[in-house]
Amino acid sequence: MKVLFPATAALCALVWAQALPAQSKAKAQNVPEIPYDSVPNLIKMPANLYLGEAMGVATNSKGHFFVFTRSNTTRLFEFDASGNYVREIGEGSYGFEFAHSVRVDPEDNIWVVDEGTNLVIKFNPAGRVVMVIGHRPDVVAGAVATTNAPAPPAQKYILGRPTDVAWDPQGNIFVSDGYINNRVVKYDKNGRFLAQVGTEKAGNGKTELNLPHGIAVDAKGDVYVADRSNHRLQVFDNNLGFKASYDNIGDSWTVCVSPGPHQYLFTSNSNPNGNAPGTWETTGEIYKMELDGTILGRFGHASKQPGGFQVVHMMDCRNPNEIYVAEIESWRVQKLLLKPHAEAKK
Amino acid sequence: MKRRWTILPAAMLFASGLYAQAPDINFDANANLLKYPDSVAIGEVAGVATDSKGNIFVYTRTGHPTITIGTSRPFAHGGSRLYQFDRTGKFVREIGKDLYGFLVAQQVRVDPQDNVWVVDQMSSMVIKFDQNGRVQLLLGRKSESERVPAPPLDAPGRAGRGPAGAGAQSDIFNRPTDVAWDNAGNIYVADGYGANARIAKFDKTGKFVKSWGAKGSANSQFNSIRGIALDSAGNVYVADAGNKRIQVFDGDGNFKSQITNVGSPSAICISSGPHQYLYSSNSNPPEDIDHDGEIYKLELDGRIDGKFGRAGKLPKEFGTVNAIDCRRENELLVGELGNWRVQKLTLH
Repeated sequence: MKVLFPATAALCALVWAQALPAQSKAKAQNVPEIPYDSVPNLIKMPANLYLGEAMGVATNSKGHFFVFTRSNTTRLFEFDASGNYVREIGEGSYGFEFAHSVRVDPEDNIWVVDEGTNLVIKFNPAGRVVMVIGHRPDVVAGAVATTNAPAPPAQKYILGRPTDVAWDPQGNIFVSDGYINNRVVKYDKNGRFLAQVGTEKAGNGKTELNLPHGIAVDAKGDVYVADRSNHRLQVFDNNLGFKASYDNIGDSWTVCVSPGPHQYLFTSNSNPNGNAPGTWETTGEIYKMELDGTILGRFGHASKQPGGFQVVHMMDCRNPNEIYVAEIESWRVQKLLLKPHAEAKK
Repeated sequence: MKRRWTILPAAMLFASGLYAQAPDINFDANANLLKYPDSVAIGEVAGVATDSKGNIFVYTRTGHPTITIGTSRPFAHGGSRLYQFDRTGKFVREIGKDLYGFLVAQQVRVDPQDNVWVVDQMSSMVIKFDQNGRVQLLLGRKSESERVPAPPLDAPGRAGRGPAGAGAQSDIFNRPTDVAWDNAGNIYVADGYGANARIAKFDKTGKFVKSWGAKGSANSQFNSIRGIALDSAGNVYVADAGNKRIQVFDGDGNFKSQITNVGSPSAICISSGPHQYLYSSNSNPPEDIDHDGEIYKLELDGRIDGKFGRAGKLPKEFGTVNAIDCRRENELLVGELGNWRVQKLTLH
């Protein structure tokens, strides 16, 4: 039995790895292409400072943008609107072990989501920690082997490899959680638990999730969740009741809702890690949609060259015609300038 | 008759466990006391303590706990830092940068001679620095290497940390939590979270004298010791968190009494001066900020003067308080694991 257990675990891991769903070709057909340019050489890094995997990018109200990256250690960098390096925030933070997302709230606070420490950390504009959600497992417990056993019951204030964060107009906090749990949690602005949809278990029912990987909230407080492994985008109301499911846009890896009187929804059918033959031709595009799910157009494609995408992980759409994308496997951030395009037939 | 009349209601109150009826103490909190340089991004605050000049020492889980690859064994490094601030909160310096024993910060205390003592939960060491920040005395020994994956935390003799089990007569610790001294300079170590469940006593030169305690819930038994403090008479107060009580011993380890109506004592402190007070935090666990979190102010005999605060993330709320400094009776510093900060509290 002693021998059997690790062998079984290894077998499970093997099967699990092979059973990773291939990235989906979107069902939506005849979607207008939105032409765009990628700003060349956007980021100017100081000598001997490098981005690693670019996991998140977010702009603030002044046009500065923040990049959360898996470098030697996980790091958070700030750049001005021209891409000039401004500063590092949280250098050596106890909460930085494996970057996943960065977002900026309406007051220009900078929020990062780290799936290596199970934390969501709020920095004020000066770069100081002002709130921590979740709890890093005690280091003294030592390294614990990741198992494929079912996740333990989800707890209010403990996250399981969280992925993203968003806010409604009242300042309530929504966390997509994550790789271990399969839920979205709503906290009030002071960090107190209010509600959740989904549980620790993955599922494909209306109020179930399977790897919620990104999250955004519109001005009405409706919640858009990139339900990645369910090959769909789920919409919930402000109390996390089911509203709609958009399943024609491939695998939603990340979502973004632009501000302003007319809000748009963006979702990325990112080309997969692993790049199975043929997938570059059918994935990698980003969709621009109305909040009700109407597709307006699409742009981008899988490619390692500038202008193409090598696995878009998170994006920023403060200006719906200027999209920032953070790419995992190209270790880069691009700024995309969308051009006028033919309207989709409604 | 008169005497009986007064005692009876008090006894009834006590028996019904209504310790929540302890009077509330009004207080103010400053969550922005400490001014960090740009290069310091502070993490979980495990310990905070002041010296006689008002300097503030913070032992914090900051940085990246790291395991490196050896020839046949993995080695643990880093993850905690010790910082000094002046009484106004201005940053003074870092002490013990890259020190071998700084892994998982647990506590910092300052002795009457202004030496700074650090307790590290993972290296299982107690480290004494003089005022200049030089290492003066070491208790315990960091285990040479780590096992990956780690054995259970309560495994006897985990990772070679000394003889197993409750009450072991040894100068090796297993996840120690706190340190205190008597007037003669004898050293008392709370030991601790791990398989040991004991108080270890050393003389002022660091020579092991004795230890007492065992795992359990009877008198002189412990379940997760979180803190220790001594009064000026040499009595030893032990925060026996798992048993929801503070046990009181004489300096030789003889049981004297227990205080049982203050939740789970997770950090304790005894103020100085002619009238000493005992502070005890019923700290919330990290997974729940909706209950507990209050701090009690007590007389040394266990009578509650009042309580203040609750769990939460805002200023004036507490996120898993792990340390209390009470050099002045109504001016406390608390260190919070959950909220990554030090708050200065002024009681009214």
